[in-house]
Amino acid sequence: MGGWVRISLLLAPAVLVLGVLFTGGLYAALVQSLGYMPAVGMTEVSLDAYREVLGREDFLDALLLTVYVAGVSTALTTVLAVLAALALRHGPGRVSSVVFQIPLTIPHLVAAVGIALVISQTGLGARLAAALGLIGSPAEFPAFLYDRYSVGVILTYVWKEVPFVALVVLATLRGVAADLEDVARTLGANAWQRFWYVVFPVVAPGIVAASLIVFAFTFGAFEVPYLLGQDYPTMLPVVAYEEYRSILLSDRPAAMAINILIALITAAFAAAYLRFARNLGRRG
Amino acid sequence: MGKGRAGTGLAVVAALVALPFVPLLLWAFAGEWRFPDLLPSEWSLRGIAYLVEPGGRILGATLTSLVIAGATAMASVAVGLPAGMALGGYEFRLKGLVIFFILLPILVPPLASTMGVHLTFIRLGLADTAFGVFLVHLIPTVPYTAIILTSVFAELTGELEEAARTLGASAWKAFVYITLPQVVPGVAVAALFGFLISWSQYVLTLLIGGGNVVTLPMLLFSAASGNDPVITSALALVFALPAIAALVVALRYLGSGNEREFLGIGKPS
Repeated sequence: MGGWVRISLLLAPAVLVLGVLFTGGLYAALVQSLGYMPAVGMTEVSLDAYREVLGREDFLDALLLTVYVAGVSTALTTVLAVLAALALRHGPGRVSSVVFQIPLTIPHLVAAVGIALVISQTGLGARLAAALGLIGSPAEFPAFLYDRYSVGVILTYVWKEVPFVALVVLATLRGVAADLEDVARTLGANAWQRFWYVVFPVVAPGIVAASLIVFAFTFGAFEVPYLLGQDYPTMLPVVAYEEYRSILLSDRPAAMAINILIALITAAFAAAYLRFARNLGRRG
Repeated sequence: MGKGRAGTGLAVVAALVALPFVPLLLWAFAGEWRFPDLLPSEWSLRGIAYLVEPGGRILGATLTSLVIAGATAMASVAVGLPAGMALGGYEFRLKGLVIFFILLPILVPPLASTMGVHLTFIRLGLADTAFGVFLVHLIPTVPYTAIILTSVFAELTGELEEAARTLGASAWKAFVYITLPQVVPGVAVAALFGFLISWSQYVLTLLIGGGNVVTLPMLLFSAASGNDPVITSALALVFALPAIAALVVALRYLGSGNEREFLGIGKPS
């Protein structure tokens, strides 16, 4: 009994802060998405905003683009992270940890600006191409910024998130996987057998869990597509923001409806991640 | 053979990590850098002069960023510490649910909840104030400090504290003299994290600050949307500075023998 009181008191500040600001905010967003804003005389509750948003072409274009950017970023990140972790696992642990932790702590905006200065039509890449005689003028270098394939956005995400996934994979590779691999080696398994039957099954759940986080994050993040993305279509969080900045209060429910849809999708990924993470904990 | 491959791999990874910083460093000190040139033809300190210009906007914005991130770091540790004690030190029913609830703001973008509370903030006079911005910065920071401190308290066995109690120390004394010193490095890491996440926030500050609360990322964003790579790069480097400094400090703090990843938990945003 005393334990319960103690635990509740300890949890109270965090639950209160997040309950008011996060859950309260989401609740307010939900209520407004249903068209209920008594402060401006809108008191009728309906699903009109959702119906409107889901039928709009710009929303569907944005949804497709968002799934594309988050999907490609996650896939590239995962593949590169696994390759990097496999290449570095026998190297000096401390040095690779430090190298990987630089992109993790650097703000997304700094990464976006740096990547833009590398890949723009007058950037380092274009200058290098000119030096090699591949192009004569900036316009001949492919447009990687504000482009329809969102190259700049994806590259920024890959640069930022590869280390996150790689560190997760490295930790498993250097721990359980290394021990099991030694056992397999003594039992006569060759390099491919050791990788496919021993190492891969051990690291796979961690890779999936980390990739789920990367997908959820890139799906709902605002800054990078706002800075480096094209004007149309844009990613969902940018659409929600622009709808929200509209002077017309009648646009507010649509903005909130988009927000709620983003929240629902990312929450589904969060739940999947936590299921995975918990299974990992049990097995480990 | 494995060692050699790892060396090459590390060199490639390090070069890719360093790549975006190359143009930032060159541009920040460039005077003139025309198109096909691989290096600036003239160097200048214009970017640096702009940063420290007396009465300029940079110093004010840096101060605002420091104050908000410092306050957010302290508050999110104060809130996350007891939660970490509960989640790391005790087993109880519904613990998984509580962890899900606390982690959710990391995984669900805080844009939705911030737009949601905006109306209430306007009504309470918190919109367009630094205090209001500080409050919404708690949404992404508290989950991190709580989860980092959960793992810190989960590693405590409680044996030392028990020994102190057996020797006659009060519960409070045992906490202050035995438990607290053991968790100090973890608390420092959590505070660093809180600081860095708040320091990096752009859209939450933009929404709640409404242009009245000018932090560094506001200036960096408008510079990056403009046409002066010298100013943009100088600003970007200043904006990256605390992250680099924090990394250096944190790595020393954790000691050379400690291989635990200082950023191994959750997803920084």
